[in-house]
Order: sequence, then C-alpha cells, then structure tokens
Amino acid sequence: MSEIASRVREIIAQELGVEMDKVKDDANFVEDLGADSLDTVELVMAFEEEFGIEIPDEDAEQMQTVGQAIGYLNEKE
Amino acid sequence: MATRRVVITGVGLVTPVGLDPESTWAALLDGESGAGPITLFDASEYQVRFACEVKGFDPEAHMERKEARRADRFLQLAMATAGQAMTQAGLADDWGGTDPSRAGVIIGSGIGGLPLLEQQHKKLLERGPSRVSPFFIPMFIADMSAGMVSMRYGARGPNYATVSACASSAHAIGLAFRSVRHGEADVMISGGTESTITPLCVAGFASMKAMSGRNEDPTTASRPFCATRDGFVLGEGSGMLILEELEHATARGAAILGEVVGFGQSADAYHLTAPAPDGAGARSAMQYALDDAGLEPTEIQYINAHGTSTPANDSSETAAIKSVFGDHAAELVVGSTKSMTGHTLGAAGAIEGAISTLVCQRGTIPPTINFHEADPGCDLEYAHGGPMKRPVKTALTNSFGFGGHNVCLAVTRWDGE
Repeated sequence: MSEIASRVREIIAQELGVEMDKVKDDANFVEDLGADSLDTVELVMAFEEEFGIEIPDEDAEQMQTVGQAIGYLNEKE
Repeated sequence: MATRRVVITGVGLVTPVGLDPESTWAALLDGESGAGPITLFDASEYQVRFACEVKGFDPEAHMERKEARRADRFLQLAMATAGQAMTQAGLADDWGGTDPSRAGVIIGSGIGGLPLLEQQHKKLLERGPSRVSPFFIPMFIADMSAGMVSMRYGARGPNYATVSACASSAHAIGLAFRSVRHGEADVMISGGTESTITPLCVAGFASMKAMSGRNEDPTTASRPFCATRDGFVLGEGSGMLILEELEHATARGAAILGEVVGFGQSADAYHLTAPAPDGAGARSAMQYALDDAGLEPTEIQYINAHGTSTPANDSSETAAIKSVFGDHAAELVVGSTKSMTGHTLGAAGAIEGAISTLVCQRGTIPPTINFHEADPGCDLEYAHGGPMKRPVKTALTNSFGFGGHNVCLAVTRWDGE
C-alpha cells in the first residue's frame, strides 16, 4: 500500500470511528462506514488538513468510497 | 383529576469528587475536596489557577468512539449521568416496556460548549473560515444535551434545555416535575451539565472577582458561610434525575428513591450579578416551593443551600432563609456541598437535587467543609465537622443564577406511600 493510501485510511478510521479492517477500497462512506452529511464534510476537511490542499465541493461530492478518496488524493499529491 | 405525584427512580452523578452517585456520596461524607490546580489547560499565567475538575472521566465508556470524539465535554458528561440514572431506574433497555412517546428530556446548562467554541474560534482566526468544523454548532449549542439523550433512548416527549446561569438545571428539574405532574409526560430525564474550565471562562470570572484567589491552597478555598470566604471555586460536572409519575413507577415495580413535591421560582429584578442583599428573591422562591408542596416551614429539616462561598451570596441567602423560616431557621440544618464539588454552574441544581434526594433517603447530611469561623451575617446551623446523622423527611435545595434567577426545589424521603 502506498504511503498516501495508508494515511488516507487512517484518517477515515479516525474520523468515522471505525476499525481499520473495515476501511476497504470499495467501502462507501455513507452506506458502509455509517457517515452522515456532517461526517463527510469533516472527513474532507481532514483530508485538506493532512495534505495541505483545498478540495472544491464538486470534487468532494465525487468522493464516496475509500478507493475514490485514495485515487483523488494520489493525483493531487 | 387527582394531583399526579412525581417520584425519583434514578439518579446520575459525575462530579469533581466522584464519577458516579455512590463514589460521589462516599467522598461527600468523607469531606473530600474536588479542588486542585487546573490541568485542562495551561493556567500558569492566570489570576486563578485552580478549579474542581472531573478527574479520570472516560467518555468512551458512555458513548461510541466517534460520538465521544466530537461531542464537547458537557455533552459527554450528560450522556454519562443520563445512562447511570436510566440504568438505575430500569429504563435503559427498551424503557422497561413502557411508552417512550410519554417520556421527555430537559437538561440545563448555564453556558454550553465553551471549550469547543474557543477551540473553533482559534481555528477560525489562525486558519480561516473553511477550517471551522461542521460539528461546531451542533456540539456547542446548550440544548444538544437534551437532543442527544433523546436520540440515545428514543424519548419522544417534551425536549429542551433551560438556561438561567447557575439555576439552569434546577429549572430543568422543576419544569420536568411540572411536565409529569400536569400529565404531559410519564417519565422525564432531567438535570444539568456544565464543563467550562477554559481560558476564557476562568479569565472572565476572575475579572469579575467572583472566584476565590486561594491558589496556594485550593482544597480549602471553597468555604461557604465561613467568615473568611473570598469567592467560589469553579467546578464542572453533571447531575441527572429520572422523574416518574407514581402509578407508572409502581406499576412496573420500580424502586423509588424519593419524591419531588415542590418547585418555586422568582427573579431578583435587581442587578446583573449581585443578589439582592435582603434575599427577597430567594425568599420568594423558597416560599413558593413550600406553597407548591403544601408544606409548612416547620416540615423542612435540611436545606442544601446555593452556598457558593462568595461574600454576597452566603449572607443574603442566610437572610432569606431566616425570613422564610423564622424561629424554625435555628432548628433546621443548612449545608453547602459546593464546599467539596466547587460551583458547577448550570449543573449545580441537578447535582444538589440528586444529593438532597440521597440525604433524605439515607438520613445523613454531608459536611460543609472549610467552615472554620462564624460570620455575623451567616448565623444558622451549618452542617460541618463530619457527616451528620439526622432523619430528613423533606429537604429544600436552592439555586440562584446571574441575572437574578432563583429556584427552589422540595424533595422528600419515600416511605412507601
């Protein structure tokens, strides 16, 4: 696993209060990891913080699974 | 319709002297002070550097990890005491088969989520508006304690917060008592919660010269009714009571701990922070509570006083007690458990309501510690020098808040009928 992927997974586990083994690539934040609308905003803010970037709302909306988030942040780094 | 009676079937306490009702009670009887140097932030540059903090509290023992991480501390404390009280009442699992649409929640806080406010405001100033958490507003607003407790238990009846500074949770219990008495609900989870040992709060109270300045000796600083008192000691904590309609409680075989019989409230209409020196507002609140309960002054054996350890409160409260009780004022025992818990602001009324319930149930009055020197302005019999064995059928508990809000609650021992 890339370094970025492992940082993303850790943030997700921390922010959503789930065990690391649940944070699989195809896990959907809302459906599989129990996130609500506020959680997803906070999660995106945590990504911004960790990677020192701004994520526009349009991009954030496209990020619905662990894999999508890792892909997006890999590209940005 | 006959008057519906309102009994207490559960209590919850997280205080600076204990993380549950039994450990708090034991510490109170031992005369243990909850005061110490502030550890929740670096207070080394502050005028007042000590407080009564809740020690060793683990929010994850009471909430899911995610929820615990986001909830401000006043919410964590309320979830803990609500859980304790609901468990004791036998209602934590599925309401013991009763109807949750007939159950409500009223929880008071004087301030709300000040720690979170300060943290988020710092973020705003240092890193800009896009860094402010979406959880800031929901986890800061003072009513979220009532909201979260209703979500945990599915309580669909009346639901709100009361805000009247240091009378907040006494108002919560009084209004919950009325909800049950008037038939609006059968069960009410009611109490208070406060956690504002923060830079801004400590600085603000220090500027008012409201707090004790005894930094060198924190455990002796809160000394209600003593001639040498010099201010209150800031505390934090939560108290919760389950109030239940009598028939509802007996039908399900609940153990009854006590009964709420009276609620009186008034305003000083006098000053932002100072109590009226003659205690007129406090006097009215006590009188209304007696009237509401249909009690004569001679039927009261114990008053858990507001007793903050400020020069102004303790003498005006004493004057008020004397004007309500006349000769009987010399017969009853007055005490302030704030000598040990510190002043938990909006949580104080509920914490002291719970303590008063235990006093009636157990026939022991906790001491007012640090009472060493009589003050001519405070000339009642104050419980001090160790726990006092004394049958108490009925107790009053006073709570007064900045703004001139006065509340008095009357609770009695449950003797089986």
